[in-house]
Amino acid sequence: MAPSVVQMRTPAESALIERFEAEKAGLPGAAAERAAAFERFKAKGLPSKRVEAYHYTDLRALMRQAPDVGSEAAPAPKAPAGVTIQSLAEALAGGFRPGQGMGKAEDVVVDLNTAFMREGLVIRVAAGTEVAEKLVLDLAHASRHGRVIVEIGAGSALTLVEKHSGPDGVAYQANQVVELILGEGAKVEHIRVNTAGNEALVLSTLAASLADEAELMSLNFSMGGAVARHQSFITYAGEDAKLDLRGVTMIRGRQHCDNTLVVDHAVPHGTSRELFRTVADDEAHGVFQGKIIVRPHAQKTDGQMASNALLLGDEAAMSNKPELEIFADDVVCAHGATCGALEESQLFYLMARGLPRAEAEALLVEAFLGEVLEAVSDEALRDSLAMHIGEWLAARQAA
Amino acid sequence: MLEIKNLHVEIDGKKILNGLTLTIHPGEVAAIMGPNGSGKSTLSYVIAGKEDYTVTEGDILLNGESILEMEANERAAAGLFLAFQYPLEIPGVATMTFLKAAMNAQAKARGETELTPGDFMRKVRGAAEKLGINPDMLKRPLNVGFSGGEKKRMEILQMTLLDPAYCILDETDSGLDIDALRIVAEGVNALRGAGRGMLVITHYQRLLDHIVPDKVHVMAKGRIVKSGGPELAHELEKDGYANYVEAA
Repeated sequence: MAPSVVQMRTPAESALIERFEAEKAGLPGAAAERAAAFERFKAKGLPSKRVEAYHYTDLRALMRQAPDVGSEAAPAPKAPAGVTIQSLAEALAGGFRPGQGMGKAEDVVVDLNTAFMREGLVIRVAAGTEVAEKLVLDLAHASRHGRVIVEIGAGSALTLVEKHSGPDGVAYQANQVVELILGEGAKVEHIRVNTAGNEALVLSTLAASLADEAELMSLNFSMGGAVARHQSFITYAGEDAKLDLRGVTMIRGRQHCDNTLVVDHAVPHGTSRELFRTVADDEAHGVFQGKIIVRPHAQKTDGQMASNALLLGDEAAMSNKPELEIFADDVVCAHGATCGALEESQLFYLMARGLPRAEAEALLVEAFLGEVLEAVSDEALRDSLAMHIGEWLAARQAA
Repeated sequence: MLEIKNLHVEIDGKKILNGLTLTIHPGEVAAIMGPNGSGKSTLSYVIAGKEDYTVTEGDILLNGESILEMEANERAAAGLFLAFQYPLEIPGVATMTFLKAAMNAQAKARGETELTPGDFMRKVRGAAEKLGINPDMLKRPLNVGFSGGEKKRMEILQMTLLDPAYCILDETDSGLDIDALRIVAEGVNALRGAGRGMLVITHYQRLLDHIVPDKVHVMAKGRIVKSGGPELAHELEKDGYANYVEAA
């Protein structure tokens, strides 16, 4: 008989257990949900590379110490007309139950967030409200276990910007979860900008649920953190919903950036597009894991997923794992993954017209990433993201 | 003066050029004709500075200075221009953006001031109009989805705007119907003179009916085997390359 293997607790796991016991009485509301989520964490521990979803981002090895619970409340933005903003603590104390955006998905990082969540916001957009001005959330590194829940009423439209920034030279951790609950025909553009500090471990999750004819465009623009993992769990709750999931990743040095997504077509007539582009320089490591599930009744699903990586550094690497799990028979689904260096023939053409090599490379990289930004309708926002790309490339040329 | 002296070139250990010698004087239009595999395209790439080739012997001099150690962009700034046989498609880079980047890079390399946006636009629009290039095409990604004729016209537009001292036209007639060929040839002819040298590389004589050269050189097995006036092109059209290939 094979001996049963009991995995030793890592120092981070032990510290998390101690911390939860010490802090739980002081955490606002949702005591039962917190306890259940923490039990799931205790049973599984931090996921190692043996756990498929974390194969390329071994959290057991990467999380050396327990993150702070966090205490500083992030300042709430001013609520535009038709929008109410409540603090998470107040909502939880009043009996609000988070987690609706996760659907059937389960994840240890989200469980840890649920157990410890303290700072955060509950944002409600009333039905039929087109919010003209974009809503910008500044999720600075102080909110270690932030949870933001946004309920977008039927027929409403919202642009939501999530900013994750933080200081260089500090090995801080963040675990932030954003839930988007889209009502019938709601339209949301969600742009997450990760410019976290260079030693940070940044975990973030988007959990979204789409009602009938809802449309979500979500872009993860990621250039910060020593280790960054962004997870997207998307559930189709209603028919004829449209999803456009995008990613721009720029990494250098020994940065590690993981985009993991699970798109769950639980009902018929859903459309999903995934377009992720990664540029990795030096010894950086990019990861893309994309899973599209089409459940037995989800006929007429249309899913197209692409992950393309450009490796600029000789030691840079990309792990691409697109997956389709299709249980319905009348669907159109495709995926493609590419990984390579810049085309020498294109570089020569540009150089033959007078562009120095570094400038020619920058032009091609900008073009490669720029296509992903096309889905951002807010021009000022698109320009500011393009500027981040330009600055990243300028720093590369200067190095 | 563009001088190619006893040029020997290899790629992956295979000899392509075997002691090619050729001089193009300012204001002169020279044509190189030769069969497939004679090394014509290699010659154009080596002059432009493509890195895949190894020059084992000989030299290329532009106005008396060797360009062999120069990068492709430095050669461009020094006044060399290669019109590609197969212009590259560059997705995501608007043609206008590319033209501006190229002109500014060359101006910067030569220590000249960049054009103002207004002057740049006027210059591009004027040159495009003469070549029958629709202004909408300039907003599209460079060469992406362009027809063969559109790509070649775009090459001539770049040549016009960058105003090089020496132009190398590599099989500019390939893939063109007769109307497109006429427009492209007119564009090239408009750039003749003013001390500008040109090297027109072609397999067929028909291009040389439209761009009449001052000199014709026959290339076979990696070197020049015969030189003469425009009448040489007609002889070749009649008799073919066989005699030269055998003699080479």
